[in-house]
Amino acid sequence: MPSRPADVLEKRALMSITTFPPVAGQAPPLPPQSSVTGIAGIKPRPVGGSSSGIWVGIFAITMSFAAFTSALFVRQGSGDWIHVVLPRLIYANTGVLLLSSISLEMSRRAFAVAQGGARDGMHELTRSTLSSSLLWLGITLVLGFAFVAGQYLVWKELAAQGLYLATTSNSSFLYVLTVAHALHVLGGITGLMRLAVRMTRKHITLRSRSVTNTAIYWHFMGALWLYLLLVITVRL
Amino acid sequence: MSSHAHSAVHVPPAPTGFWRKYIFSIDHKVIGIQYYLLALLSVTVGILLSVLMRFHLVWPTAKVPGLELLSKVGAPGGVITPEYYLSLLTMHGTLMVFFVLTNAPFAGFGNYFLPIQIGTEDMAFPKFNMMSFWVTFVAFLILITAFFIPDGPPISGWTAYAPLSAVGNDAGPGLGWGQSLWGISIAVFCIGQLLGSLNFIATTLDLRAKGMTLMRMPMPTWAWFITACIGLMAFAVLFPACILLILDKVAGTSFFIPSGLVVGDKLQPHAGGSPLLWQHMFWFFGHPEVYIAILPGMGIVSHVLIANMRKPMLSAKVIIYSMMSIGFLSWLVWGHHMFVSGMNPFSSLLFSFPTLTITIPATIVTLIWLGSLYGANIQINSASLFALGFISMFVSGGISGFFLAQPSIDIYLHATYFVVGHFHMVMGVAAIFAIFSGTYFWFPKMTGHMMNETLGKLHFWFSFIGTYCIFMPFHYLGLIGNVRRYSTFVDDFMAPYLPVHKFVSIAAFVTGAGQFLFLFNLIYSRFRGAPAPDNPWNATSLEWSTSSPPPWNNFGGRHPVVYHDPYQYGVKGSKGDYVMQDSPETVLEE
Repeated sequence: MPSRPADVLEKRALMSITTFPPVAGQAPPLPPQSSVTGIAGIKPRPVGGSSSGIWVGIFAITMSFAAFTSALFVRQGSGDWIHVVLPRLIYANTGVLLLSSISLEMSRRAFAVAQGGARDGMHELTRSTLSSSLLWLGITLVLGFAFVAGQYLVWKELAAQGLYLATTSNSSFLYVLTVAHALHVLGGITGLMRLAVRMTRKHITLRSRSVTNTAIYWHFMGALWLYLLLVITVRL
Repeated sequence: MSSHAHSAVHVPPAPTGFWRKYIFSIDHKVIGIQYYLLALLSVTVGILLSVLMRFHLVWPTAKVPGLELLSKVGAPGGVITPEYYLSLLTMHGTLMVFFVLTNAPFAGFGNYFLPIQIGTEDMAFPKFNMMSFWVTFVAFLILITAFFIPDGPPISGWTAYAPLSAVGNDAGPGLGWGQSLWGISIAVFCIGQLLGSLNFIATTLDLRAKGMTLMRMPMPTWAWFITACIGLMAFAVLFPACILLILDKVAGTSFFIPSGLVVGDKLQPHAGGSPLLWQHMFWFFGHPEVYIAILPGMGIVSHVLIANMRKPMLSAKVIIYSMMSIGFLSWLVWGHHMFVSGMNPFSSLLFSFPTLTITIPATIVTLIWLGSLYGANIQINSASLFALGFISMFVSGGISGFFLAQPSIDIYLHATYFVVGHFHMVMGVAAIFAIFSGTYFWFPKMTGHMMNETLGKLHFWFSFIGTYCIFMPFHYLGLIGNVRRYSTFVDDFMAPYLPVHKFVSIAAFVTGAGQFLFLFNLIYSRFRGAPAPDNPWNATSLEWSTSSPPPWNNFGGRHPVVYHDPYQYGVKGSKGDYVMQDSPETVLEE
């Protein structure tokens, strides 16, 4: 452990190689003083930290759907491909999902505005300052549920046409892809509900990074759906 | 890339109470030990299965007392049927590859030491971490259930090739519920591993201590990080494959089952599926999986060797870049498991080239190890013996890979004991040796007690000689045409080689028994071993800068700052011939 910062700086100047490159003129890196926030020495996450976790998760989900897609392409090599007529409802569902992305963006921006105000000391981050954000979040949730319900109706319509999971290879993939996507959307809905709960608490501990990450996941669900819709309409 | 702010995990207060401390803990150290113990349990079952297999191969009509209680169908009167042999084989492979080789070196040691080696207080997502272990444990339970259903475990091998694995009961015992349980277990396992890999990647990218640039991370951390990246993509592909397999079995879909398939005199009601599709999907996961098994071992072995040689590797950077290239190339070679599957022969060429190319970084790493060892005054202890043994096994097992990489030779050697010898030496021995090496090295840190050195050295020699006796003959058996996955050898040409099998089986029994030395040492030392100092090996990486065992927040509230790479050995410092990574003392040229 360095005894005094000056010693460290001097030693480093004498060394021919710089290992940890401090910017000239800046103080050398001290072991940080522990500012106690309840528990000795433990610091909370910095505000606006990174979102690498959510991107890693998105990447994994992308790989899974890539595997499903490649299975689809290989499977199409065999002769028994009968094209499916897609229920029109699926396009309405697409619209609903895209609208929900827009409403979530509105919510996220409202949150950022409210938080900016709180940081500037203009007001506290409370239920009332977040009311706009919460309203848009509520709309997103309603649209999200509507999408899943709509997908369920699409499946019912397919069944009415006589297309079940095992009827043809087309229908198998149609169900597999749409069900897998819907399950992931339900996961996203859980995330949204979690945000909503935290926004309605008496003491708001929600950070903008949580909101951003949830939004990134939700927009990914929309983008993924557009991709799946493309694959379904073109290949199935 | 500059290092990020110091440890930024919000770690809650230390848990009290038995359940939160030891069972449902979010502490990465406890989770690491839980994974390790799960791997220990799995390897015990796996070795037991292999002992049964080796017993049956030499004495096919002999009774195994009590086995009929486990499976009336599979072992009537205690005599293992050919189908049950395949069930044992399937479970042996599944347990060993998934629950031992993916769990112990990666999830076990990685969870314990990655946060400490990068100087932070816990993983990025501690609750996800706890979930990942318990999900893996549930997967284990689901798999084990297959032993206790009437029909027994599946007979399709750990590779579960379609259509055998997809058609169900018509094709043989264990393919009904047994295969479904297998599929569900592996699918659940994938989720556990995905959560784990997510944690490793996010933690490594975001939570490194001040001064800890990526290139200053220790070797094991690099290995775990690369493994996590591979694992994330690999398990994300295996999961859909398992889902499609389960759907074929229970929902009547035809992803993998072709039309007109007659099994057991019954025409299967499926049409248009592609068995080759399963192989492609499985091996696209399966080949990176074997690198998931070996890369942490390479990191651990490098780490242990450096500490015992008291000098850094010739080039740590080149080892890291080689590990990265191995990780990258592992995605291009999956077809080398499918040379004789009937796919276009031209594609065999396309797979053979990267397979041979991947030997280049692997050889570079080996040569760096050997070159660094040359002239080094290596301290011999259990950990370093197993590390050296790893190099020996990796070379021995790896060389047979050169032969298998070439389609022309592989046509002959595919599905013979040559392949079995190859993968057992690299995975079943080398990777296990790396786990042993890591255990002997890190046990003092994890438990605060030293392991018994005499027992450790005995364990090494038993294992080293024993595994060579078991697996080297497999190469010769393969060359004379001994087919794998057969429960007995009734061909005339095999008659002169049955004594070889007997020799191998005896060697297996003795080596298996020798592992009790390790088990005893582990348990005894945990409670009665000599107390371990903070840094018994005079090593330099961050885990040795904290107490043995580390406190619940790893560094007791201190946030380490790192000044140079973690392998400053052979330096004249104030404390002997090494400089700790968090000490700003004089350093070697980087």
